[in-house]
Amino acid sequence: MAASTSAASGTNIYAAGLLGKRTPWFVLAGCLAASFVLFWLLQAGTPGATLNVAGAIIVGAIFYPLAIYTISLLVEGARKAKDRLVTALVYGAFLLALAPLITLLSTVVANGLARFDLEFFTYSMRSIVGAGGGFVHAMVGTLLMTLTATVISVPIGLMTSVYLVEYGRGPLARAITFFVDVMTGIPSIVAGLFAYSIFALLFGPGTKLGIAGAISLTVLMIPVVVRSSEDMLKLVPNELREASYALGVPKWLTILKVVLPTSIAGIMTGVILAIARIIGETAPLLVAAGFTNNLNYDMLNGRMQSLPVAVYYQYVSPGVDVQAYLDRAWAGALTLILIVMLLNIIARLIARYFAPKSGR
Amino acid sequence: MPDTAAPARAKPRLRPGDRVFSGSALAAGTLILAILAGVAAFLIIESVPVVTTDPKDINILDGQPFWSYVAPLVFGTLWSSAIALLMAVPVSIGIALFISHYAPRRLAQGLGYIIDLLAAVPSVVFGLWGGNVLAPAIQPLYSWLTEHLGWIPLFAGPASGTGRTILTASIVLAVMVLPIITALCREVFLQTPVLHEEAALALGATRWEMIRTAVLPFGRPGIISASMLGLGRALGETMAVAMVLSSSGGITLALLTSSNPGTIAANIALRFAEAFGTNINLLIATGLILFAITLVVNMIARWIIGRRREFSGAN
Amino acid sequence: MSKRIEVRDLDVYYGKFKAVEGITLNIEPRSVTAFIGPSGCGKSTFIRTLNRMHEVIPGAWVDGEVLIDGSNLYEAGVDPVLVRRQVGMVFQRPNPFPTMSIRENVLAGVKLNNKRLSKSDADDLVERSLKGANLWNEVKDRLEKPGSGISGGQQQRLCIARAIAVQPDVLLMDEPCSALDPISTLAIEDLIEELKTEYTIVIVTHNMQQASRVSDRTAFFNIAGTGQPGKLIEYDDTSTIFSNPSEQSTEDYVSGKFG
Repeated sequence: MAASTSAASGTNIYAAGLLGKRTPWFVLAGCLAASFVLFWLLQAGTPGATLNVAGAIIVGAIFYPLAIYTISLLVEGARKAKDRLVTALVYGAFLLALAPLITLLSTVVANGLARFDLEFFTYSMRSIVGAGGGFVHAMVGTLLMTLTATVISVPIGLMTSVYLVEYGRGPLARAITFFVDVMTGIPSIVAGLFAYSIFALLFGPGTKLGIAGAISLTVLMIPVVVRSSEDMLKLVPNELREASYALGVPKWLTILKVVLPTSIAGIMTGVILAIARIIGETAPLLVAAGFTNNLNYDMLNGRMQSLPVAVYYQYVSPGVDVQAYLDRAWAGALTLILIVMLLNIIARLIARYFAPKSGR
Repeated sequence: MPDTAAPARAKPRLRPGDRVFSGSALAAGTLILAILAGVAAFLIIESVPVVTTDPKDINILDGQPFWSYVAPLVFGTLWSSAIALLMAVPVSIGIALFISHYAPRRLAQGLGYIIDLLAAVPSVVFGLWGGNVLAPAIQPLYSWLTEHLGWIPLFAGPASGTGRTILTASIVLAVMVLPIITALCREVFLQTPVLHEEAALALGATRWEMIRTAVLPFGRPGIISASMLGLGRALGETMAVAMVLSSSGGITLALLTSSNPGTIAANIALRFAEAFGTNINLLIATGLILFAITLVVNMIARWIIGRRREFSGAN
Repeated sequence: MSKRIEVRDLDVYYGKFKAVEGITLNIEPRSVTAFIGPSGCGKSTFIRTLNRMHEVIPGAWVDGEVLIDGSNLYEAGVDPVLVRRQVGMVFQRPNPFPTMSIRENVLAGVKLNNKRLSKSDADDLVERSLKGANLWNEVKDRLEKPGSGISGGQQQRLCIARAIAVQPDVLLMDEPCSALDPISTLAIEDLIEELKTEYTIVIVTHNMQQASRVSDRTAFFNIAGTGQPGKLIEYDDTSTIFSNPSEQSTEDYVSGKFG
């Protein structure tokens, strides 16, 4: 009864003195409209000028927090006004981060499609000047080096995480944990210099090999694998280990047949995300594996091209027909992004479908 | 009875399978320590010739002493990363709050993935985008700034005609470290004790007041360490800077001109292909300095995170 | 199949902290022995020392002897893994392996030890164990379904089936019903009654009615205060403990004055 009377007379004390639910949207629309009018007025004098839509939206978006703050301050008071200002800024921060993502993806797709053709995936850059050619040599190199790095890093990383979770106690485990964290922060180019230094000392300065590139990637990949596998192994409930021990199963078989199978989906997700991370690495390969226009299948002999390095070289040292080089660079960037996205999607799918079904 | 206690505590007989398995786990862990020691050792060995050789014989140095060659690069590295962090941290906190406390619950996770997508973009693509899209697009703004705000030293003219200034490089770096800082902040904000949040709301606090009194104080160490990790990443980022920045050396605070200091990482990438002899050692020595800088930054970050863990036990 | 357990002057430590002190008791074959006592009195710690499961907890160690049919579990050179094959254990919360089907869970103890088993032997063992755990009729049509997909009470009986599939001499149960509803609890209690004809059973329980219902002998544990070690106060026939205990603290506990 009381509720209906107050609603009918429109004097609900809890709703008094507040802006309506839709008011912020009206204010936003007003700000954008004002901004467009302003831009139009400013450009009205210059003949043939087109309206700067992006600029108008940005200026309108800057107007909005000020406007909503002022309006709210007058109607609702200082506390509520501050709350509305922060809300506007927080939403603004998210939209601001979307801007580079959207422009980046759209330009890569728009520019990349020009050379995203069969020739791109079937030809190398051997004796190509100007237009034509493709990145097959770079794709082969990326595949070989990433695969080698994965084959080396996964066993080391996985066994290390097993050590940290199942065996590690005391100072050594603490040291490994600490230095894995340190390793996570190694700049990628330093990893490249490291791999280069090894081979320079062994085979003389200037040695650049596919295997050196793979080793530099390994240095970057190991800590990622350790971290993610460690988290996954820690998620396995201790009760399962105890159940296995109580059946008279030795520790190593418990780890191998109970702990690892329970966490395998998470571990695989981590490994794929780690691959996605290193497959786009440029700097270490630039330093350690060098660059070439030729197809090379031999990890132990000669320089090896990779997709990111190929993109980089098309960009920094274009030949006479600049556009042809840039088109190849964009097509390479598009390929890279597609590979990375695909790996991310696969990782998420594995995480979702193979997650251990919890009993309780 | 300590003497009888000793045999009871003695290690039980190890099965061969157990010995092999735990042995290989231990070996893998130790190998990681060895690799890290190797990174440091090999870089140091390769850097030694720089100290022993006369600077005149290293032609990149162009006769100047090693430190006066490195100083502008160190400055450029720190300066570009600092500007990037200045832009990225507030935005990251905003995004993290948006996902943890503002966005509708059902959308929050999906929106989080969108930000994570930024982290998945390879740096060479960021470089391509920064050099070919961002720099030309933002150049008019630089001209306007030098014209109207040129009296501020940061915005001193003349504006670069290509837009490939240190500010552009920093913007690209900011976009690249954004997802890293956001992910960590988001995680910390989501861990805020619900009791604290509800206590604030029950006192009649607005959402912002609740965040200011409950979420931000709880998350402060997390924000600091996330920023430090972001800084570590920005310091070591190579390709995006190499492809965006047109550097000419020299230390200057001006952000918008065409004379910009380079960064260590980008300098190595740009020079390495053509370098020969002791020049390579010189570049490796600068890499060692970069390694040391990022090591210090990361260790500070880890130390802050570790300290937070100790304190969070009380919650 | 069933064996006698003798415990002689056993102390259990966590690092330097003495958790349980001076336990001496004999457990007869083919009987059910219940351990009761207030929380923290060391009864769960003690039951774990009967198959060396306490070693899973970092820093835990014992001083004293546990003899199963005359062999000391704590003699130098004894392999805890072999001990646990003879002395099975069921835990507080049902813990079937989530990656394995019901059938694989029953066979886990055999398969995980890399023993080869013919299909028909395996089928026999699965049926025998599940029947032994009173679960066969409920799950015989879905043996390939995940072990975590059945109800809590069924999961606990699956864990019992898994434990008896390795044909142990002794079955330890650490509060096996504390996570279960009353109906499932009743099913487990009936099962214990049947299993007693073949196994030596030791059960830790918080529930005094349960102890009086299922056990032949009861051991009452208590602690003098926090930081003090737990001690065995009284060990006697269950009927004596519950009707006419010789210690005052036992009477106070079973009559509900504390704990």
